[in-house]
Amino acid sequence: MRLVPLAPFAALALALVSTLAGCQREARRFRETPPAATASPLVTDDPLQPGPVVISATARSPYEENAYAVSQGEQLYNQLNCVGCHAHGGGSYGPPLMDDEWIYGSEPENIFETIVEGRPNGMPAWRGKLSNQQVWQLVAYVRSLSGLLRPDVAPGRPDHMEARSMPQATTPARPRQSFQPPASTHP
Amino acid sequence: MILALLQETAARALTFPGAHSVLRPHGPQALRIHELWRFLWIVALVVWVLVVAALLWGAFRRHGPEDGGERSGGGPGMHRAVVGATALTVVVLVVFLVFDFSTGRALTMAPGGELHVQVTGHQWWWEVEYPHPEPYKRATTANEIHVPVGVPVVVELQAADVIHSFWAPSLTGKRDLIPRVRSSLWFQADTPGVYRGQCAEFCGYQHAKMGFQIIAEPRAQFEAWLARQRDSARTPADTLARRGRQVFLASSCPLCHTIAGTMAGGNVGPDLTHLASRRTLAAGTLPNTRGNLAGWIVDPQRIKPGVIMPANQLAPRDLQALLAYLETLE
Repeated sequence: MRLVPLAPFAALALALVSTLAGCQREARRFRETPPAATASPLVTDDPLQPGPVVISATARSPYEENAYAVSQGEQLYNQLNCVGCHAHGGGSYGPPLMDDEWIYGSEPENIFETIVEGRPNGMPAWRGKLSNQQVWQLVAYVRSLSGLLRPDVAPGRPDHMEARSMPQATTPARPRQSFQPPASTHP
Repeated sequence: MILALLQETAARALTFPGAHSVLRPHGPQALRIHELWRFLWIVALVVWVLVVAALLWGAFRRHGPEDGGERSGGGPGMHRAVVGATALTVVVLVVFLVFDFSTGRALTMAPGGELHVQVTGHQWWWEVEYPHPEPYKRATTANEIHVPVGVPVVVELQAADVIHSFWAPSLTGKRDLIPRVRSSLWFQADTPGVYRGQCAEFCGYQHAKMGFQIIAEPRAQFEAWLARQRDSARTPADTLARRGRQVFLASSCPLCHTIAGTMAGGNVGPDLTHLASRRTLAAGTLPNTRGNLAGWIVDPQRIKPGVIMPANQLAPRDLQALLAYLETLE
């Protein structure tokens, strides 16, 4: 009995799978939640504990692998004037977002909470101003600034900010968590 | 006679009330484009008839014994015919070129416009500004260009995000809006009416729902409209509308929208200072009625998927108050 050669089928299946993965990256999900759904706290923290605040997430960031959502996040970042304090990632009044130092954590849930609840010394709370979907889009974009997203998902830098010679893209080291609060909040 | 009838049929087929059509020009520029189109159309029709006649003659002519075999299609008569047809084709194409070039030149010659309007293309709506030396007297509206009848209007175009194209077929040709590049065009509406326009360069998910209207009206009516648009919004006297104003200012609306005369000064979405005076919502997508406005505020992603405006979760009482307020923004 002749065996059916499997290699072409395997190649086809592989091509199909990689195509589907590409669809996932470019999927445009416009209506995530019905508009009548009430906003529920997606991330909660327990204030009654020693040491640094531990975040217990009840939702995962849905957009870590979605290029469209990241570019929407970039649009929101510019339109809502995040640029005013964080610049295009380099920071000015606010801390830079493109380095590997995170005062309040680099996980998507940490950044979600930072945006929704605000942080001392200037970061305003956006609760009630942005939908959860928009906050997650911003989270994904903020993480892309420091290279925490896949490079094929992260948007390119605008042409006018591009340096003459493109530096070699490198994988960033694991982000450092610095739980040292800023000096001004010490009693 | 037959030509005119055919043309009228084509115009009928391509127009319906309120639609835009190149075949129904209402201004000097659209008229020139229409003349060019008619000339090309008539010449093309004549050429087509001649070619079909030649084809039929070739197919059905009686074949004599002298032109059989390898020499078919040869002979000095045939040679002359081919040379003549080629020469005629070249002449026709050169005439087309000259006519086309002179039309294009005439379209760009501005007669020194009397009214200047600044139009900015956004994904997916049009910002329209009537400049004034005093900044507080500038009038900003969206998706609606009011112009006086019979006056050349210069439109200064720019794009905020990606390439768009300004096209009002009944009045003028297209002009692209390119980010960081300023361009302009002029048009003139000879008869009062509402002329539809449309973005004519694919600009993203809702390109098809990026329409606008040019409203040509008598001079006095236009001046009255412009004077109203230059005003700020008044605080409403009605209690419900006052509450709606509070809802507007306390929710996320002011992040993106401006209402002159209030603290709301966002510049992401359209200026809402005179929202109630506009004819359409969402760039010509919906007629501006209370129900459509409510549907748009609560769930814009249903009506125009991909639009920047997010869904808004408002308590029904807040929504009613907000609608009552927005309806006072004449």
